[in-house]
Amino acid sequence: MRSKYIDNTVIGLSIAFVVLIFADFFMAEWVRFIGLQSLARGAVALGLLILWRSGLVSFGHALYFGFGAYAAAMMTLIGYRDAFLLVFVGTAVAGILAFLLGFLLRRYRGIFFALLNLAFSMILYGVIVKTEALGSTDGFSVLTPTFLGYAPKGEAVQTTLFLFTLAFTYIITIGAHLYLKTTLGGMSMAVRENEIRVEYLGYSAERIIHVKYVFSGLVAGFGGAIMAMAIGQVDPDSMANWTVSGEFVFITILSGIGNVAATFIGALVFELIRTYAFEYAPQFWQFILGGSLLAIIMFLPEGIWSLVARLRRPQKAPSP
Amino acid sequence: MQQLIVILVDGLVFSSYLFMVAVGLTVIFGVLKILNVAHGAFYAFGAYMSATLIGAYYETDLPEYGGFVAIFAAALIVGVFFGFVLERGLLRFLYHRDEHIVVLATFAMFLVLEDVLLMIWGTDPYFAYQPMALLGSVDIADLTFDVYSLTLIGLAVIVALGLWLGLTQTKWGKLLLAVIYDREISQAMGINVTVVFLATFIIGAIMGALGGAYIAPTISVSPGIGVEVIVLAFAVVVIGGMGSIPGAIIGSLLVGISRAAAVHLFPEIELFVIYAIMAGVLAIRPEGLFAPAQARKI
Repeated sequence: MRSKYIDNTVIGLSIAFVVLIFADFFMAEWVRFIGLQSLARGAVALGLLILWRSGLVSFGHALYFGFGAYAAAMMTLIGYRDAFLLVFVGTAVAGILAFLLGFLLRRYRGIFFALLNLAFSMILYGVIVKTEALGSTDGFSVLTPTFLGYAPKGEAVQTTLFLFTLAFTYIITIGAHLYLKTTLGGMSMAVRENEIRVEYLGYSAERIIHVKYVFSGLVAGFGGAIMAMAIGQVDPDSMANWTVSGEFVFITILSGIGNVAATFIGALVFELIRTYAFEYAPQFWQFILGGSLLAIIMFLPEGIWSLVARLRRPQKAPSP
Repeated sequence: MQQLIVILVDGLVFSSYLFMVAVGLTVIFGVLKILNVAHGAFYAFGAYMSATLIGAYYETDLPEYGGFVAIFAAALIVGVFFGFVLERGLLRFLYHRDEHIVVLATFAMFLVLEDVLLMIWGTDPYFAYQPMALLGSVDIADLTFDVYSLTLIGLAVIVALGLWLGLTQTKWGKLLLAVIYDREISQAMGINVTVVFLATFIIGAIMGALGGAYIAPTISVSPGIGVEVIVLAFAVVVIGGMGSIPGAIIGSLLVGISRAAAVHLFPEIELFVIYAIMAGVLAIRPEGLFAPAQARKI
């Protein structure tokens, strides 16, 4: 049954998908809300994982997240509220922006890539903060979405949104996983290790990076649009500020870049740490968040996924 | 004409402020090759410590101008303490790790320190206006400026000169330059790189804390001041070229004056303009305006 395309990851993701569909109808409201946020943030982290495979880290993906969120939210301002349309618009505009900026950004590596992304994301932040029509620092609220004419009420809104998000995230994740298995995807690590040799093999490192960058922009826009609908509110500080970008990188580190499924586990762990820290120690939630990040960096350098890998191959020494 | 003077003076004051914060960041990057996000926390701690010490000082009957001693004392205490603790307690374990991981570790440190700040000083704002009130104000071309802000320009010039002299004219500075140039060779030549790293980090931390400590009397010291300043300092450092002190000067002048111009002429693009400059500079010269050329390693 295991062919080139159907491996353990695909099977695992599919099982998780089915289980979550059923779980959706039994989950407590707050659990579902955490789940929704994890899926949205996990999608962004997935894009970062794809970039990180090539040794690139972006400290500015709040740009696409915020752009997607605001684009979706602005659609509701002019009266459109269909979730499919909102997600499509949020994803598409972020993707187009990533495609355009990609021509510039694909030339940069290392810390310059990270900081140039940061600069662009802060431009968006500055524009939003100064635009009174978009509510400046307060943001504005987003209308409850409808789903192809179906207009749920009360708790059904979140239930439907969760299913909706789950389905899309599933497709994206499987897509990303299969992409990484293609030749072009396999070049990711090679770009990180030695770009010049990749060029000798006849591949364009810049084009590989550009494709990845557009993908990461698309999924970040998707995550933003979902987040806007899930919270029902957009504001610059939780959508476009640099600390948001930092949180995405945090999730990527937490998950490790070993497997696409890890990003969602990482996002869930992040959301749980944050929610509980906020619940039980509202004064010190940043302390707890920062502390756990430090602990991960010091003691679990390959992220949560390395725990799984360690279980699977207990006899093998950890990679250097 | 008047507007031009306002823009120029405001711009210079703001540039000096930026320089004070950015120079510590750039020195640390130049030597340790670490982009230190926790620098924002040094700044915030400097500001709080300064506000506290100034407050305590003016409770006593000591001479009024001694309040300035409190500012520098605050910067020293904060810089030496956090510089030492962070470098010895955390960063030295990360020197061999990926540069992004180190940035993220300092980001984590920043989050932690932000809350430590709240634990110590709470959420209420602090005011330490006394040194500013003491110096009063001055009229330039029919416009009133407060003298304290203008002294910031002087302080920035002194710091810049001091660093330049220290780096080029002393034995310590030359050791530092050797380490910047090639860490491994300098280690082989018998330079104690561990000590150089620690000393540099502490000096950088003192600079960051001094920026906060000196600006404290002019602002309301409240939570969140570190978040704003760190990305501004990033922008300055990136524009000038990471690790370059002349770069930090040019970068802060460019950012400071264009921001002042934006504030007075087109207030809606105030934040936008800084990052637009940063993106523009990076697009044309990715290594920044003043960064030394580096050999491409294959």
